[in-house]
Amino acid sequence: MAAHKCNIIMLAFVLCGLTYVFVRADIEDTNHVKDAESGAVDIAPKTNIGASLQSTKTEDQTQAAEEERQWEAETNPADAPSDNKADHVHDTMQHLASRPAPYAKDQTQEAAEEERQWEATEVKEADHVPDTMQTPDVPPPTPAKDQFQEELVIRPLHSGDIYASFQFRTMWDTDFLRGSKVSHYRLFPKSLGQVISKFSVRELHISFTQGYWRTMQWGQPFLPSPPGAELWVWFQDTVTDVDDAWKELTNVLSGIFCASLNFIDSTNTVQPSASFKPLGLGNVTDQRFLRYAVLPREIVCTENLTPWKKLLPCGSKAGLAVLMKSEKLFHSSFHSQALHFRPVCQDWKCKSTVWELRQTLNVVFDLHTSGQGKREWSLFKMFSRTLTEACPLASSSKVYVDVTDNPQGELFELSPTTPLLSQAVVLGDRRTYSVYDLTNQATFGQTRSLNMLLRWRAAESGDMLRPLLHGERYVAGYGLQTGEIHTLMYNNHPYRAFPVLLLDTVPWYLRLYIHTLTVSSKGRDNKPSYIHYQPSKDRLRPHLLEMLVQLPPNSVTEVTVQFERALLKWTEYTPDPNHGFYVGSSVISALVPSVVAMDTNSTRECPLFSSFFPCKEESSYFMRVYTEPLLVNLPTPDFSMPYNVICLTCTVVAVGYGSLYNLLTRTFQVEEPSPGLAKRLANIIRRLRGVPLL
Amino acid sequence: MAAPLTLLLIVAVTIRAVLFRSSLAELIPERVEVVSPLNAWKRVVEGLALLDLGVSPYAGDVFHETPLIIYFFHFVIDYAEIVFMMADALTAVALYLAVKDYNKTVFRKQKYALEAERYPLDCLELIRTPKEMYYIPLKVAMFYLLNPFTILSCVAKSTCGLNNAVIALFILCTVKGSSLMSAIFLALATYQSIYPLTLFAPALLYLLQRLYIPVNWQRSSFWLFTTQYAFMYLGSLCVMVCLSFFLLSSWDFLSSVYGFILSVPDLTPNIGLFWYFFAEMFEHFRLFFICVFQINVFFYTIPLSIKLKEHPVFLIFMQIAIISIFKSYPTVGDIALYMAFLPAWNHLYRFLRNIFLVSVVLLACSALFPVLWHLWIYAGSANSNFYYAITLLFNVAQILLVSDYFYAYLRREHHLTHGLYLKRKDGSEATLVLK
Repeated sequence: MAAHKCNIIMLAFVLCGLTYVFVRADIEDTNHVKDAESGAVDIAPKTNIGASLQSTKTEDQTQAAEEERQWEAETNPADAPSDNKADHVHDTMQHLASRPAPYAKDQTQEAAEEERQWEATEVKEADHVPDTMQTPDVPPPTPAKDQFQEELVIRPLHSGDIYASFQFRTMWDTDFLRGSKVSHYRLFPKSLGQVISKFSVRELHISFTQGYWRTMQWGQPFLPSPPGAELWVWFQDTVTDVDDAWKELTNVLSGIFCASLNFIDSTNTVQPSASFKPLGLGNVTDQRFLRYAVLPREIVCTENLTPWKKLLPCGSKAGLAVLMKSEKLFHSSFHSQALHFRPVCQDWKCKSTVWELRQTLNVVFDLHTSGQGKREWSLFKMFSRTLTEACPLASSSKVYVDVTDNPQGELFELSPTTPLLSQAVVLGDRRTYSVYDLTNQATFGQTRSLNMLLRWRAAESGDMLRPLLHGERYVAGYGLQTGEIHTLMYNNHPYRAFPVLLLDTVPWYLRLYIHTLTVSSKGRDNKPSYIHYQPSKDRLRPHLLEMLVQLPPNSVTEVTVQFERALLKWTEYTPDPNHGFYVGSSVISALVPSVVAMDTNSTRECPLFSSFFPCKEESSYFMRVYTEPLLVNLPTPDFSMPYNVICLTCTVVAVGYGSLYNLLTRTFQVEEPSPGLAKRLANIIRRLRGVPLL
Repeated sequence: MAAPLTLLLIVAVTIRAVLFRSSLAELIPERVEVVSPLNAWKRVVEGLALLDLGVSPYAGDVFHETPLIIYFFHFVIDYAEIVFMMADALTAVALYLAVKDYNKTVFRKQKYALEAERYPLDCLELIRTPKEMYYIPLKVAMFYLLNPFTILSCVAKSTCGLNNAVIALFILCTVKGSSLMSAIFLALATYQSIYPLTLFAPALLYLLQRLYIPVNWQRSSFWLFTTQYAFMYLGSLCVMVCLSFFLLSSWDFLSSVYGFILSVPDLTPNIGLFWYFFAEMFEHFRLFFICVFQINVFFYTIPLSIKLKEHPVFLIFMQIAIISIFKSYPTVGDIALYMAFLPAWNHLYRFLRNIFLVSVVLLACSALFPVLWHLWIYAGSANSNFYYAITLLFNVAQILLVSDYFYAYLRREHHLTHGLYLKRKDGSEATLVLK
């Protein structure tokens, strides 16, 4: 499978790159570890943590304002897109015009910078010199704020399954945008950093998922992702040829993650107008710089996990990442690994930005296959490993266990117990967590290893809070000629209506008929207030359908659209054509009214899992729901017949040509009887003999 | 004669109106034999819906009608059924009048020839009588209006019916000798679907003949008229294309309509020869074979014009038939148009060689199309080859039909000059062969 998936050239390229990175990283790592052991931790002083966490909060605020503006723009779309575009073009022009262009000077300065940088790295032990490249116009060297955090959240699910969510956050304090070349990496993975700076990426979100998240059984995931591979990228507005950059980027990422991202081309790439706004800082809303693609058929396996683990500063050698043993992770009902790269505020004043890399891994272990049907979970049972230490490079390393439904321990028993409790508002709900701080040696106790045990007391667990928003999708109709896509959106809120954005990407070979689009809730027509439809072009681009629909309280809204199945060329079918063709998940994005007040202005420390989507107001929170991907059959030609078909059809054309040619070129004549064969032979013999002919 | 025609129109419209109200009205527009990607009503509605959404109808690959059609239906979308019924009626009336006029011309010519004693004596059997010619126009109208193919096409609201009406009006104007109107309708037909371009030659020949201008390269009057007609044709074509440009202020429609017709990107099955051939084609030969197949339509124009330069109306019939066989997205509506002319060649019946076989094959294929489609697409018990085999057979039958009529026409002409009962040198009865 690896051979099939990986582009060989990219692999070779990446191997070279990785070898180089490892050699460098090894040297540095040993340095860092030494530093850490000797107590001279200069990487991320403890005093910085509070400040940086505060910064996360304020960044959320800024983003919230931003988000609000975008939502407003989305709700009155009539004038927004064109204005944006015009403004943007204007901005870009100004930017280009105002950029100083003494190229030669820049080069010499750069060379000098580089030299200084190398020296700096060599004398690092003696004196801590800034790691980031400073451009000439920012003279004061500021200390690097690279830092790393890791956490694991364990949520026992009512079905008896267990949900484990890892989050790793690496902050990268650098400024690769100013044209300076970054040649030094501390915590941030170099292989990724180089790619990001080469292609001027502003935000990058990539996820690989195996299995489908069952919202009605499991509730909401912390970070949703569709089955298969999903990639969406915002490029910097300095990128001139976005399509070209996108194509190259997907190929490079395909090599880095050993995935078939190189199958992303114009036929499955779209530019959504409203559904995928930047999650980080920045007010770029021009969708020209956004590319979104899903590969629903992608199969996620060990070969994708290994490169993903290598991006972590500690690899899988220390910290929470030791739990990631692939034979256990992939023996689960749901597995999703993701990587999110975006700019965030450096501190609460938000004067400068740092780059945040979040790596998340979500996995749901099944009660019956992994748990042998016993309602009893432990770290060892889940991962066949226990925790012994935090990653030495991490500024914080925590394990959270969701105990909201279990205040007095009547549902399950958790051991070892921990005195630390933490509250967080996540997905519109106030949850309580038991916290294990791995940086504290006491957590590991006498045995020097942490193996949490979670034993259910009640056989039948209580009722789960129904998710407020939920989506489903299926194909209706029979036969291979036409069909109908039904998307169901459930609003389970008892009394609040809220708007949702529905994004549908349908490949060109299912020809959508937009005039058959119907949206109905509670048996009545529900006209979308905004529709953005981009029809497909054969073999060039897919259909893109985005709409803003108001979901009435406690209702099901059904969106249907008819399509026609195309007959493709025989070379365009997959090797197993009768298996069917996958259609990526629909994306439902919404600001869902919250039951409890959301944290918007609190500056206190909050766990990583609750701080991903920026939150702008107390009364609602952002949520994204992915529906099931579809599997659609297409009519197929007979693949064994090309020669026969060519011969037979050409024969028919030749019959037409022949009969017309015959009639056109010949004339009618009276038939002169030709003598029979015997007579002709006799005449030949007679001629030879010199006898008169018959 | 007006009364039977009126009755016929009433019957035809009633049948269509009843079918529009029946449950079949849902089923027929989905049939691939009746609608093609080029003229499906569903796609016209889609184009209008896209226009309402503020998206150019040509931004996608669903709509392939010309801009004039959008604007036409923009106003009459609510009366679409009436429009299509009227288009059919108009076609029938135009064909009726055209054939009536043509018959008069034929009869007059025959009379002159008889008076000049140009026909051999034993050819009296071949002489057409007013009695048998009397009902021909009505039969033509009936063949068009009551042909199941036309009815299906009309109930499916395929825009093929409109194209047929334009071509019928073009024939009427040509036969009536109005060169300007003929050029305008020819330009309109060309604008709608390129292929009627080949009808330029027969129309020119007919008009020349009507004006008693001999087809002679040395004569200035020939060149004068040809230039005049070509100018009118190209001028009106140019006006239509520019008008389309100003309606949508973009040239997108050129590639989306004509590019789509010529490069055959949509391989939806139909009754033609293209879809399966290009679905199974090796990628590097695709362009070559597209050229070969498209040339087929235009290829026969010049030799046919030379061979049939005295008989332009038969040439029109031949060209329409060739177009409907070799066009990239044929439907049964196209076939109905040339089949309407068959009663006009009633007198060729005695020279047809395999009309029985051909008509049986055509009938059998028409019945088998839906059966094999069902087996392939819905039941899953057959595959694409079944349907493909029937399209092959259907096209062979059409080719045989057309070439048979061509043969019969040429043979009758031959007999009219050389006598019906030919004798060999030795006095025995002779057979006629093509050499």
